[in-house]
Amino acid sequence: MTAPRFVPPLLALACGPGLVAIVARTKARMAGRVGPPLAQPYRDLVKLFRKGAVYGATTTWLFRAGPIVGFATAAVAAALVPFGGLAAPLAFPGDLLLLAYVLALGRFFAVLAALDTGSSFEGMGASREASLAVFTEPALVLALVALARLGGTLSLSAMLAGVGPAAWAAAAPALALLVAALLVVFLAENGRLPVDDPTTHLELTMIHEVMVLDHGGPDLALVGWGAAVRLWTFGALLVGLAVPVRTGDPWVDAAAALGGMVALGVLTGLVESSMARLRLRHVPQLLLGAAVLSVLALFLVLR
Amino acid sequence: MNAPLDAILVGILLTGFLLLGSSRLVSCIRTVALQGMLLGFLTLAAAERDAVGRAAVLTVASTAVKGFVFPWLLVRVLRGAQVRREIEPLVGYGASLLVGLGVLGLSLWLGTRLPRPDPPLSTLLVPVALFTMLVGLVLIVTRRKALTQVLGYLVMENGIYAFGAGLVQEQPILVELGILLDVLVAVFVMGIAIFHINRQFDHIDTDRMAALRDWTR
Amino acid sequence: MIAALLLPVVAAGVLAFFVRADALRRVLLVGAAGAHAAATAATWLAEPAPVWGGWLALDALGRLFLSITSALFLAAAAYAVGYLRREGEGARRDFEEGLLFDNAPEAAFTGCLLLFVAAMTLVTLAQRFGLLWVALEATTLASAPLIYFHRHHRSLEATWKYLLICSVGIALALLGNFFLGVAATTGRTTLPLLVPDLRAAGPMLHVPWLKTAFLLFLVGYGTKVGLAPLHTWLPDAHSEAPSVVSALLSGALLNCALLGVLRAEQVCAAAGLAPFGRELLVGFGLLSMAAAAVFIPGQTDYKRMLAYSSVEHMGIVAFGLGLGGVAATGALLHAVNHSLGKAMMFLVAGNILARYRSKATGDVRGLLRVLPASGVLWVAGFLAITGSPPFGPFLSELTILRAALDQGRIALAVGFVASLVVVFVGMATSVLGMAQGSAEGARGGREPWLGIAPAAALGAVVLGLGVWVPSTLWTALEAAARLVG
Repeated sequence: MTAPRFVPPLLALACGPGLVAIVARTKARMAGRVGPPLAQPYRDLVKLFRKGAVYGATTTWLFRAGPIVGFATAAVAAALVPFGGLAAPLAFPGDLLLLAYVLALGRFFAVLAALDTGSSFEGMGASREASLAVFTEPALVLALVALARLGGTLSLSAMLAGVGPAAWAAAAPALALLVAALLVVFLAENGRLPVDDPTTHLELTMIHEVMVLDHGGPDLALVGWGAAVRLWTFGALLVGLAVPVRTGDPWVDAAAALGGMVALGVLTGLVESSMARLRLRHVPQLLLGAAVLSVLALFLVLR
Repeated sequence: MNAPLDAILVGILLTGFLLLGSSRLVSCIRTVALQGMLLGFLTLAAAERDAVGRAAVLTVASTAVKGFVFPWLLVRVLRGAQVRREIEPLVGYGASLLVGLGVLGLSLWLGTRLPRPDPPLSTLLVPVALFTMLVGLVLIVTRRKALTQVLGYLVMENGIYAFGAGLVQEQPILVELGILLDVLVAVFVMGIAIFHINRQFDHIDTDRMAALRDWTR
Repeated sequence: MIAALLLPVVAAGVLAFFVRADALRRVLLVGAAGAHAAATAATWLAEPAPVWGGWLALDALGRLFLSITSALFLAAAAYAVGYLRREGEGARRDFEEGLLFDNAPEAAFTGCLLLFVAAMTLVTLAQRFGLLWVALEATTLASAPLIYFHRHHRSLEATWKYLLICSVGIALALLGNFFLGVAATTGRTTLPLLVPDLRAAGPMLHVPWLKTAFLLFLVGYGTKVGLAPLHTWLPDAHSEAPSVVSALLSGALLNCALLGVLRAEQVCAAAGLAPFGRELLVGFGLLSMAAAAVFIPGQTDYKRMLAYSSVEHMGIVAFGLGLGGVAATGALLHAVNHSLGKAMMFLVAGNILARYRSKATGDVRGLLRVLPASGVLWVAGFLAITGSPPFGPFLSELTILRAALDQGRIALAVGFVASLVVVFVGMATSVLGMAQGSAEGARGGREPWLGIAPAAALGAVVLGLGVWVPSTLWTALEAAARLVG
């Protein structure tokens, strides 16, 4: 059946903003407010698509390409990561490296688009984003390498399909370390606290938000949707590791994975509510710690 | 593979990395206390079936001393010295974490080099013990505050103790308790020394205590 | 009888903290020293029985070091009475920098001193490696407050370095303990880590673990012995401590730490690894002598100079023990000579410091005129510890040198002699410069006899040993050397 093969990316596109909404709702509830309805991100996307865009005179085609490439790479990444027991449509040996590269390509174009505006604020955000990427990339890639070694395969779908209760019983410490490392990478790559505050209004404290300051209308919608899809993709990777439900029935596994995603959204909301943003000087230390956890897991798997 | 033993060993490994990367002294003291308690559990998990009673006594003693007495003593010293953070160590925190990774690789390699006469309880035991010892040495050498040097000494003792707990089954309990008592008195004396250092110098930077030297008089 | 060695000193040590009257406390100190000396003398007449299942026993090697410790303690206790009477309580002005400082309470000093000697006694008695470790760490902890008797920043710095470096070294020796345990494990049973048991099981011990264990013991306990390059704490600690304490540290503690290394060498020799251990001892010994030869010439602080001389002599002892055979006997004789001679030098240095109020060699002049008895002892002590005849160290160093030449190791012998010559020249300029000249910058007054008599007694013994070594002593030394392998 080819229909279930397209479910993971379709789910990402459709439910990504929903995950963003769950996080926002959790944060609001923790702060004592009711919070926006779960359909709010969708309404925002529809609103933005209906608007027109204004482009600055200093920008070139890079500025228009940034959001488009960002969304496209996010969609390709969603097509690489399996969800629950459902294999990804683009699965081949070595696809974990493609995942890392595709995400990096999206980030690269976002940085270029920010630099293209010629404004110093976007440039500052771009440089911060690029320097943080230096630290998240090793953590992510080493975690994926450890996972590959554990599963004995270079394909993400096969790897995550093999992480069932038996794998957890045999290599619990290594898998726990990987989950911790990937959680930190998840928070860092998606611009969540304690690395970056998505709701900050102070430009000097922004990292991700400041890069997209000049985008408007459909471009901003694509940026937001792409970010939501990336959030979902990373979450699917994390949940695939952390929720070892592999009954063999794809729908049961998918349901369990959905539950895991909701739990992840709530967890992210809780983490964001309880921690303050780290000083920019200390963020590399945190990410280095995540890389150390990945290396530790790798050591444990290798011996 | 002994699952609880492995989990404890990985926990000890993580506390080592936490110590290398942390600059807040109170959290360092708590991490060393946690390490001491994990070691107590290690003794219990590594004990043979018929020596569980002796291991239980040692676990209780070492958990009480390392998990509660030491942090209490050291936090009191810290409060007296009014220091909060380790500032500008000789090797920065990020670099210390990378050094820790290198030390871990070295320990894993050394662990394979030492031939064991009989099958080990866990292949992680010797590397983790060596790693903890070397982390203690790194802390003593690269940090400036006298308190962090005492913590490094404690971590070193922890590593050596982990080695003993896992490999040598037949140390009489009196010797083990004697070693524990010695370490306790050592920390006590060092705590008093730090108190005096703070009173004399108004800081606890051992780097700045350099009056005694040979050629530049 | 072993209880008679330990219990009086421990009891006196604990009591000293609580006794209020100074005079009573000093009587306690001297009384404990006398009891200790008497018990030690008794062990020469009748060998004491092992106690506590063989954990505490006195073999020839232990008895030798115990006797040195006891003799030094007696002399130090006598000197300390005069010293403590002179020091007293209250603030005083520092000689070097003019700042005000306090002394530690005398009760703490006396109590720690007694507990320090008790811990050293335990080291000489311990046959169980774990107990040996506990006792050596206890000596570090008991002697640290003694170094910090004069409460100023320099002595505090020296105390901190001493505490940290020695504790780290001894922690490495603990790892050596565990490695030794693994070496003695076959299957699931470990031999008890008692020296006689391990020696009996010699060939059955696992060689790689035993080698690593010996290396760890050498580096770990060697830090406490002051073998280069682990000696960095020694000059600071021995020069900042009060002279009484320096005498005990240099004369007794270094020997006891060496005993830890020697116990490991005993086990190695029984396992057939004697050449391995010996080569390491020779290497470290020569390195220590060379390090001392570098630092002694041009030294401007006479107590520091004496400290470096201790490094040199410990190197000589390690060198001799590493050569083995007759050289080992000579090395043990040298340990005796050095301890007595160095203690004498430190006690005299205390007198000089009290009178001249300066630790710089440049400030002391005309010693033979101002303090005649101390001056004579100072020059005699210098001759003794640099190995001039007719003093004891000359004989012991000659024995070691002849053994080196007999073994055909000419290069080592040349290095040995070269270091000795450099140290002689370096010390001669300082000591003779201090002794001669006109008397300036010194206060007048009589020399206290309690400051002279102990040092003179020690000097007399060193002179006596240079002229004639009694046969009982020589056989005891040979028995001890045979034990080392």
